[in-house]
Formats: sequence, C-alpha cells, structure tokens
Amino acid sequence: MAKIELKNISKKFKDDTVIENLNLTIKDGSFTVLVGPSGCGKSTTLRMVAGLEKQSGGEIWIDDKCVNDTPPGLRDVAMVFQNYALYPTMTVRGNIEFGLKNRGVARNERDKLVKDISEIVGLTPHMDKKPQNLSGGQRQRVALARAMVKKPKVFILDEPLSNLDAKLRNQMRTELIQLHKRLGTTFVYVTHDQVEAMSMGDEIVVMNKGVIQQADSPMKLYHDPANLFTAEFIGTPAMNMMKMRDVQGLDIQSTASIGHVGFRPEQALINAGADFEGYAIEGDILTRESLGAESIYQIQARTGVFFVKTFLAPLETADRVKVTIPYDQLYYFGLSGERLRGIEASPKRLVAAGGI
Amino acid sequence: MTVWEKLRPYGMVAPAIIIFSLFFIYPIFYMIYLSMFDWNFVSPTKTFVGLQNFKDLLTEPDFRQVLTNTTIYTVLTVTLTTGIALLLALWLNRKSFFHGFVQGAIFSPHIISLVSISLLWSWLMDPEYGLLNWVIGLAGFGKLEWLSHPSTSLISLVMVAVWKGLGYNALVFIAGLQSIPADIYEAASLDRSKPWTTFTKLILPMLSPTIFFLVIINMIGSFQVFETIAIMTQGGPVNSTNTLVYYIYEYGFRFFKIGYASAAGVILLFIVGILTMIYFKLLSNRVHYR
Repeated sequence: MAKIELKNISKKFKDDTVIENLNLTIKDGSFTVLVGPSGCGKSTTLRMVAGLEKQSGGEIWIDDKCVNDTPPGLRDVAMVFQNYALYPTMTVRGNIEFGLKNRGVARNERDKLVKDISEIVGLTPHMDKKPQNLSGGQRQRVALARAMVKKPKVFILDEPLSNLDAKLRNQMRTELIQLHKRLGTTFVYVTHDQVEAMSMGDEIVVMNKGVIQQADSPMKLYHDPANLFTAEFIGTPAMNMMKMRDVQGLDIQSTASIGHVGFRPEQALINAGADFEGYAIEGDILTRESLGAESIYQIQARTGVFFVKTFLAPLETADRVKVTIPYDQLYYFGLSGERLRGIEASPKRLVAAGGI
Repeated sequence: MTVWEKLRPYGMVAPAIIIFSLFFIYPIFYMIYLSMFDWNFVSPTKTFVGLQNFKDLLTEPDFRQVLTNTTIYTVLTVTLTTGIALLLALWLNRKSFFHGFVQGAIFSPHIISLVSISLLWSWLMDPEYGLLNWVIGLAGFGKLEWLSHPSTSLISLVMVAVWKGLGYNALVFIAGLQSIPADIYEAASLDRSKPWTTFTKLILPMLSPTIFFLVIINMIGSFQVFETIAIMTQGGPVNSTNTLVYYIYEYGFRFFKIGYASAAGVILLFIVGILTMIYFKLLSNRVHYR
C-alpha cells in the first residue's frame, strides 16, 4: 500500500507542453480514477508514475521515497495496459510468472503464487495456452494476474476495459471493484469514460489539457462541480448549459458576472404544477429516448437544445412542454468557467417603474 | 451455372499455371529424364545409361569435395549473415539521421549486380595490388593470399556473400523488430526484466518467423551460389571453391556431359528439398506466428 504524490510535475514532448505544474496526492489504498477527454494528459501522468515516461520537471513520491530516478521495475508498481501487452510467445503461466522469475522467487513459492492468483482470476484451466488462443476477457484476466502476482504497492490501469464488449466491461468493472476491496492496494485507473470513472472510483481526478480540473469523490464531483468543464464532463446526459444572456425571467442577487447557468437533466420537471417554485422554460420535444426505467427528452427551447431525464414517469406525449428547474438546482459559472457559489435566484417580479 | 462460369476460375489461373509448368515443372522432369542418359547436347542420339551417372557422381572424389565446399559455404554464409544482420538491426532500430544513413549504406550492396560486386572484390582482394592487403599491411600484418590460396579462397567468397546479404537481412530484421509493440518492452521493464532476458525470452522468440524466413532464403540462395565463383575463382584454386551449381555448369556447358550434370542437378534438388522439409517440420512447431 502506498500514497503517491506528484509535486509540480511537468511534461514536454519536444516543444509541446502536455502537462504543466501538476500537483496531486493519491491517497493510500484509494481507487483513484484519472478521467478526461483524449489528449488531456491522463495517460502521460499515469506513465510517469509507472516510470515509463520521464517527467520534464517536478518530483514523484511513492510513500516516502522520491522515485524520480528509480527504474519502472523497482518502483513496486504493476501496470495493466490497454492492449494487455501480454508476452505472445509465452503461455499464460509464463506470462504470470515472468516478473517473479526476474525477481528470483524460488520455484516452489512461484508455483504457489501463480496457482493462487490463477484461481482468483479464474484462469486455472487455461494455464498452458498462449495468449492468442484466449478471448478478450481471458487476456484481460491474464494481464490482471500478471500485475497481481507481484503484490505491488500500486496498481496502475491504463484504460484496461476499453477493448472489451459492453457486457464483459460491466462484469469486469464490478470484478475490479471487488478486487480493490480485497487487496486494499492503491489503484490508479485511467479512463476517458466518465461512467466508468463514476462507477469505480472513490476518488476521481478530472483532467483537461494537462490541468487538473477537480479531484473529489464521485458524488461531490457530481453535485458540486468546481467549474464548467467538470459540470459538463460528468453525468449522462451532461449538465445543460445556458448562456447568461439567453436567460430571461431570472432575478439574480449577485454582483458577480455570470457566464453560464446550468442544471442537471434529472433535476428538471416536465409540466410541473403551477405552484411549483422554479425557473421555467418552454420548449418543443425533439426526441424521446425511452430506456425503461428512465426517459430522456431532447428539448428545443429559446435558450438552445437541452436534455431532461425522468424516472419511472409515463412517457410525455405532448410536443410543447414547460420545464421547471428548482432554483436551488441551478448552477452558476463565471465568465472564465469557474463555479460561482452562494448565488440566490428568484422569479423576476414585475416591478412597476415609478410606482402607482 | 453456365459453362463460362464453370471455366472462368480455371481461365483466371491458367496463365500462372502455364508459365509455372513450362518453366518449373517441365524442366525438373526433363532434368530427371536427362540424368539417366549419356548425351553431349548436340549429337542426335542419347544413350540410356540408367543410374550410371549417379554412381559416377557419388564415387567421384571431386564431387564429394564440391558437396563439402557447398555445405561449408552455406553454413558459414547463413550463420554469419543472419547473426551479424540481427546485431546490426538491434543497433539500427532507432530513428536518427546517422542510423538511417548506416542502414542505407549497408543496404546498397543489395541493389548492385553480383557481377560488378565480384569484379570489385577480385580487385580488392588482389594479393599484390589489392586494397585489403594494403590495409592489413598498414596494420602491420603479413599479406594474405585471399582468393589465390585454397586455405583462404572459400572464406573470402563467404565474406563477399555476407557483405552483400547483410543490408537486406538487417532491413528485414528491423521490420520484424518494429512489429513488436512498444508496450511489450514496457511490460518487461515493469517485470524487472534485464536487457539480456528481454532479448532472449521476448525479442528472439517474437522474431522467430523473421529468423526462420531469412535462414531459409539465405540457405537456398547460398546453395545455388554461382556468379561470384564463376567470376572470381572458377572453382579454384585446386577445386577449393567449386560448389554444386558451378560444378553443374562446368559439366553441362563446358564439358558438355549433360546427363552427368543433370544427375548433379537432381542431387541439388534433392538436398534443397530435404532441407526445406526439415526446416518446415522442425521449426513450424517452435516458430511463433501471431
């Protein structure tokens, strides 16, 4: 088990700065997920922790040791690659025990470790097969077993589920969560899929363009996004955003200059009663996606297109609807995308100028 | 199905089949046929002698010398070319102007005709005026006889063959190395694999199809060596560089003993066939294909 600290890390590829001045602490025993769009530097960060990429500046600490000059093999980290990176000429057993052999683990102990691990991941009947004779899911398990057998301080997983089909991915997702619980080791996981991040991580680091946008627990991230990027990145469908200048009929008591107002699709109500307090928008339903327990509507309003998600409600058949969002569910963002907190809003009252 | 639809596939492959039969199948059978005759290429009568040509060949000490020469030449050429090319490829497998230049330089002999190469090396290896002797003279060593002495003639020819084949072999190895994904090396480094272990346990097995391919190609090529010998040594001195194909050529087209030459050709065919089969049998189980 180990804590990982990145201090003022930067990474340049020739003249291209990918990451600048990144600071991050990954808690001991946490399941930390780095998430962000492709090219945001999450994989690079991960590879720097593993030692496969050398940072251009800054320090990386694993526990109380600066590993800047420690080669990958001696950092006590194990990695699961996106394409598994199994050794194609070796059998499953050979793949799993290669790392042990290189550490000079005695044969008896090696056999025992390999046997235990293969039972955990369910590979026992396949030990003498070559990777090319295995299915995608089995290869994934070999990659996991190869990492686990070394009993590392840190597990690093670089989009390990992206090559699996949807069903298997869900299954492996829960298996990974269980595995993390059982091992209690620090997991660092990279994905571009925010659903994966939300469902697996207990700590999520949202990155964009080499900068950490927010590092928080999934629920905090969802309910209390620090900025426009996180708000729009987390959640399916994403948070609806309206430009402030398009927003009418909202009385905001604040001196801050607001750029955007947003709300979660699932917080909006369609055709709520007249006594329901909230910001109301009228619009036309463009599409209806009925997923059984939930329905997603795409609605064209004056402020633009937005989504509304309802649960266990009958499908809305009317073409034109009124959508109401409770005032306390509105999120405000400044002109440069930062979150503005503590803003109160109320319906704009018609105040007669000059009084009667 | 119309007649045309039935015939069309045969029509499509017919040109290839015709050319293959005419220039490969027919000559092989004609050679086997000729090997049982005594004929001088021009006389209207061929005398059937049965297996007498083979009997003569196998009891002829010169022919045994030729087989030994060919084997030594092949083994040396194949091991040296493949081995040195692999080392070169490991060194050249990176992107820089210098490495690209060296790669181009060692590849250039491959595109030069063997006749030119033979003439060039005959001059380089000249015992009196050759550049090689001048260089080793500068280094303070005595002169070598190179092609003019039986003890060094065959190895001199091997040198030329290795020099010519190196670039092509290295190029194929580099391609093989580049087909190994980078994350395999990364996984190995995380598994604390030492460079030598990575090479023997991962790179070599993954290169096995490439090695297999090159060994086969080089071996078949070396067994059929002809141009360098015809130009540089004509099989001499004292038969020390006479190889199978040159022997066949001499008997066929200089002594006009076409039956005898054909019998030697059949033996060459037999040897190359057996070798290929052994290789495919032995290595197909141990070679890794993705």
